[in-house]
Amino acid sequence: MSTIHACFSLFRGDFRLDAEFAAPGRGVTALFGQSGSGKTTLLRCIAGLEHAPGGLLRVNGEVWQDENGFLPSHKRPLGYVFQDARLFPHLTVRRNLEFGWKRTPPAQRQVAFERAVAWMGLEKLLPREPQHLSGGEKQRVAIARALLTGPQLLLMDEPLAALDAAAKAEILPYLDRLHEELAIPVFYVSHAVEEVIRLADHLLLLDGGRVTATGTPAEVLTRLDLPLAHLDDAAAALDAVVAGHDEEFGLSYLDFSGGRIATPHQPFAPGHAVRVRILAKDVSLTLDEPQRTSILNIFAARVVEIAEHTQAQVLVNLAVGDARLLARITRKSAKLLNLQPGAQVYAQVKSVALMP
Amino acid sequence: MLLTQVDLEAFWLTLRLAGVTTLILLFLGTPVAWWLARTESRAKTLVEAVVALPLVLPPTVLGFYLLVALGRDGPLGSLWQTLGGGPLAFTFTGLVIGSVVYTLPFVVQPLQNAFQAVHENLLEAAATLRAGPWDRFFSIALPLARPGFLTATTLGFAHTVGEFGVVLMIGGNIPGQTKVLSIAIYDHVQSLEYHEAHVLSAILLVFAFLVLFAVYTVNRRFRLQRQ
Repeated sequence: MSTIHACFSLFRGDFRLDAEFAAPGRGVTALFGQSGSGKTTLLRCIAGLEHAPGGLLRVNGEVWQDENGFLPSHKRPLGYVFQDARLFPHLTVRRNLEFGWKRTPPAQRQVAFERAVAWMGLEKLLPREPQHLSGGEKQRVAIARALLTGPQLLLMDEPLAALDAAAKAEILPYLDRLHEELAIPVFYVSHAVEEVIRLADHLLLLDGGRVTATGTPAEVLTRLDLPLAHLDDAAAALDAVVAGHDEEFGLSYLDFSGGRIATPHQPFAPGHAVRVRILAKDVSLTLDEPQRTSILNIFAARVVEIAEHTQAQVLVNLAVGDARLLARITRKSAKLLNLQPGAQVYAQVKSVALMP
Repeated sequence: MLLTQVDLEAFWLTLRLAGVTTLILLFLGTPVAWWLARTESRAKTLVEAVVALPLVLPPTVLGFYLLVALGRDGPLGSLWQTLGGGPLAFTFTGLVIGSVVYTLPFVVQPLQNAFQAVHENLLEAAATLRAGPWDRFFSIALPLARPGFLTATTLGFAHTVGEFGVVLMIGGNIPGQTKVLSIAIYDHVQSLEYHEAHVLSAILLVFAFLVLFAVYTVNRRFRLQRQ
């Protein structure tokens, strides 16, 4: 399988980046970490905007950097979407889009100009000046501009971080579409669990300039030894398929390896793949199968691991079929139920969020 | 006739000198200004100080050194003659060299400021869009620094038109060759020809005002456009 292999060390004042990783050469890889963990620096090394001496970077078999050479940014077939769109103020939207397009040999172009414009919904913006665009519009132009260089790797540095909630909601569907339609690998820097669950196929966790974990979001998000499970919005990600709809009660059913999930009606045809987010705080545990409860989603689960969260709370990692769930419960409850690794329990899920 | 033949010659000579000087300075000053705007080298402060020298030195001091350098036995003068050129002092070529030195800061400083205002961020973005270093300079930095070029051109031109001391020291007063407007005015005043002095002075005054007014108008429009 094609892969991206990278190894960089770099000193910048007090900060030290010392990252080595291999990531799949397809799909979306999220670079996740607190601010100051080195996500952006790592992305800049990959782009060649930072020169890490002795660094190594191989992208799907092609060497971009090794001990013998350093390909400068403009010779790397990549697209970069910056947090602050960085549109050229002296060029119209059309000229901004054409900037990289014209400099890309036709044989390397992957997306037709009109197609990128249509994907990002930019038809009406083409004659406009960048300074007259909203934040969300600017970012859509920046994404299209990067795509038009026919990148073999798309780098996105928190493209939503500078936007308000409304603009985020405006952009996310466009990102989803990229995810579905583009074959090129994407590195997506983020510090929002929600974005990771929604977009990522693979997760790279960074802490203090080091890669501390890699894996699928489902794995990494629920590992109790990593800080992700201890975040306030800690959650598990489940991949599910729409099984059918219940018209009478306005419900939809989703199947995953651990059972069937009921949700309010979803506008997807049966067979559609969806990703479901279940927050750790929305999961409670019982030893006996609950009878006569208002909660619809109850799954037989096995306790895999328990870890202290705060003085009052513990986190429980549960195996449900092949999937993992997180439950955040009080330490007192864990004691009363005598929860131990291996124990059979029932997980009651109060609410699920769909990340289509 | 408002102007005598000699005054008319002085007028055209001044325009020619200012035009040639400005053109040379734009070509020389652009790389210097770009380097100053982007470098983190220690030599930067040194170069900045040298560029700014003509701002503070009395024109006579600068003119004196130039006279020595351009003279038959001076380093520039002898080099020029070895290369097959004629004498430099008291010639138009000598005047151009003197003007280039004297007007250097008026061209380099506005360009440097304009280049500094071009954010590194945009150049990085251009690099990720497959633009090499030269390409980035011509497609991003130059267009964004346009107001700086306008300021540099007009200031350079106007300052050369207005120079007196340096010209007097290295050019003298040869009609049609080195006699520029400011010298002609000085001559008229010395000869108590106040009418002629008035006419030439008024021309220079109106010219200087119009140039500066035009620069500020265009720069204002440019700023408003960018907002």
